Amino acid sequence: MKTRLSKDPINVIITGVGGQGNVLASRVLAGMLVNAGYYVTIGETFGMSQRGGSVMSHLRISEKSIMSPQIPLGRADIIIALEPVEALRVLTKYGNPDVAVLANSRVVHPMGVITGELNYPSAEEMQNALKRVSAKSWLIDATGEAVKLGNPVLSNLAMIGALSAANLLPIDRRAFEKEISQKMTAEKRRINLLAFDAGAKMI
Amino acid sequence: MNKLISPANTEVLFMGNEAIARGALEAGVNVAAGYPGTPSSEIIESLAAVAKERNLYVEWSTNEKVSLEVAAAASFAGLRTMCVMKQNGVNVASDFLLHLTASGTRGGMVLVTCEDPGALSSVNEGESRYFARMMEIPLLEPSNFQEAKDLTKWAFELSEEIRNVVVIRSVTRMSHASGNVICGKLPVKSRRAKFEYDGSIMDPDRGPVISTPVVAKHYLQQEKLKKAAAFFEKSPFNSYSGPKKPELLLITSSACFLYSQEAIDMLNLQKRVGILKLACTWPLPPKLLKKYLSLTKKILIVEEVLPFLEENVKTLAVGMLKELGVKTFYGKMDGTLPTAGELNPDHVAGALSKIFKVKVPSLPPGYLREIKKIVPMIPMREQTFCPGCPHRASYWSIHNAIKLDGREGIVCGDIGCYVLAALYPSCGFNTVKTLHSMGSGIGVANGFAKLGQFGFDKPVMAVCGDSTFYHAAIPALIKAQHNRSDIIFIAMDNSGTAMTGFQPHPGLTVGATGEDFVPIDIAKVCESIGARVAISDPFDLDKTTKILTDYLETPPSLKVLVLKQKCALSPEKKGKKQFLMKVDEDLCRGDNCGCDRLCTRIFRCPALIWDRTNKKAVIDDVMCAGCGVCYSICPQNAITRTEAKQK
Repeated sequence: MKTRLSKDPINVIITGVGGQGNVLASRVLAGMLVNAGYYVTIGETFGMSQRGGSVMSHLRISEKSIMSPQIPLGRADIIIALEPVEALRVLTKYGNPDVAVLANSRVVHPMGVITGELNYPSAEEMQNALKRVSAKSWLIDATGEAVKLGNPVLSNLAMIGALSAANLLPIDRRAFEKEISQKMTAEKRRINLLAFDAGAKMI
Repeated sequence: MNKLISPANTEVLFMGNEAIARGALEAGVNVAAGYPGTPSSEIIESLAAVAKERNLYVEWSTNEKVSLEVAAAASFAGLRTMCVMKQNGVNVASDFLLHLTASGTRGGMVLVTCEDPGALSSVNEGESRYFARMMEIPLLEPSNFQEAKDLTKWAFELSEEIRNVVVIRSVTRMSHASGNVICGKLPVKSRRAKFEYDGSIMDPDRGPVISTPVVAKHYLQQEKLKKAAAFFEKSPFNSYSGPKKPELLLITSSACFLYSQEAIDMLNLQKRVGILKLACTWPLPPKLLKKYLSLTKKILIVEEVLPFLEENVKTLAVGMLKELGVKTFYGKMDGTLPTAGELNPDHVAGALSKIFKVKVPSLPPGYLREIKKIVPMIPMREQTFCPGCPHRASYWSIHNAIKLDGREGIVCGDIGCYVLAALYPSCGFNTVKTLHSMGSGIGVANGFAKLGQFGFDKPVMAVCGDSTFYHAAIPALIKAQHNRSDIIFIAMDNSGTAMTGFQPHPGLTVGATGEDFVPIDIAKVCESIGARVAISDPFDLDKTTKILTDYLETPPSLKVLVLKQKCALSPEKKGKKQFLMKVDEDLCRGDNCGCDRLCTRIFRCPALIWDRTNKKAVIDDVMCAGCGVCYSICPQNAITRTEAKQK
């Protein structure tokens, strides 16, 4: 049954670093919402743009129609970040006083930080910054949980589990199970459900 | 079941490229060929995945010209056929396209070009809409996902109606965006191939397929274009929405339609602006344009990237000046919208706010102040080679060989992930000095190698990927050998068209649909023309550097080095570490070592990071791909590696 959306469209940005499973996370989330009867538009880029750089998927969820695949500046409702500094980067362009942010705390050092030319903010600085520029924020160690399950890339689906537990969108575990049942083998489904549950527990 | 062959009336989330592939299936496409290139690759990939069920022939061709030729043959035999490429691919295919559009086609033939405004995954933002005008063939541009499917299906019908190629142009924000699509019916029967050629030279269905007599066939081609324009006048894919008497008419196409709709909503201009959304953008249907241009005096044209639509609309408007009167046009030519880069809803809102003198809603000043405070704490994130990337190791050896040689050798490059070496200081160690089109590294090197008489005395190298080698490097390579040019040509063979997602190329034993093909060996091709050839594993830094150093010392000739190592993201390698890496804290002397942080400051692997508390290097286990290369670079031998257990 389709729940009325709290606003139309709901604008979601999933961000991270190339290789963290951004695209899969956006596809799974979008699939769950399409199954539930909503119009979903995803805008994303991949190809060379993913090689170690910042990546972003824009999801627009609507009861009425598909939308522009690019969200206008300052109009994100939910930001899901697979890497914490990427949450801040997206907030500087798409943030607003009502935005909710769900960020993975696991740091991926940009090359400039590795070489010593740039600084990476401390966990405390990031936590404070998130609080100042969002209505709600969570900083969780999704990668830590994923590593426990044997594969750090599962952090992307742990974040979807966390999103579901945070009650920001009309999605639940059953919808997740249904979506992945169409696309994955039994073994993959099992491990992905574990990741989803581990994420949900962190909220 | 593959969602591409979902039953009729099911609603599916399709990427624009999948919607195009589905449209082709609904049209009963028989043959599809292309060359991989972002953002186009998923169309051929999607079709390849259902080739067996749908009785298709699907091919990844050597390059775009070959793919267009393969696709054309199917059309000549009465089949429905599609050819797919990215924007610069049309340049490669254009010589054949010029002749093909003059000879005409038989079975429906659609050329899909997926373009990249803003060059999100390209080294150009070239446009092929101008090719449609130059080659005098129809151009269609879908503006949402449902339309991407429906328009593709119709393109085949249109092509059969006019007996010529029809171009569909998509953009990254359509091809790689996704949205809801309702599927139509898939045909039950597949066509049989039948090529007739015994009729007269002017018989479009039974004569030989040739572009001569040129002038007579050129007139015929122009008649076909007029016929297409007549179809466009009535096409439901062109539509108007908005007030009966708008203050401003916004003419747009493709993803820009979605941006424009959003921008009008953002500024609450629904009652003042009307949108004419065009899916048929060349030739423009004059009656339709006249009808809507007469609604108002102010016209805004929103498109990417160059003012193609703007030029064409203005040309029509000039011809109708008596009936329409003088209009004010806004768009790219007057600077209302940017003339380079991609657009977005904010750009269009900006344009509308200028024209209507209304403000774009902004965030509270207090919030903007907070945002301003956090901006300086966010470190920039440059693109770089992935952990375990063979290119980092290859360039390390190239760089070191050039330094050891001391004559400031230069490297000419072309397109692939290895272009990052030319774009960013973060990878490639400042070796690559020129970067242009596919295969142009060796071509440009050919020229540098002949500048000795003008005093140019630096050693010349060229790098090229494996897929690029087959695509476009061979003619220039042959000329280099023929000229006795002094060039070191380095083929970086990572076993697939890696940047676009590991599509097979002629060096591999498989084709697009897994068939058993004859692999063409790069080293053997180079040997066969008489070049000196060596093969190395780029992860073996010593051996690779030694070969290059030797090459730099040998008398002038063409020397080839094939560096073979699979891409770190290849399905065979991904997630599997060959080595477990560790930095021995006791051996690493950190800031006190004379190496000046060679590992983290110079080598630059995202998985080899600097621990600011301990002031020593450390491996990030989550990021590390276990290639083992950094083991060879530490002067203190502080980086250790142990063979990982294979799962």
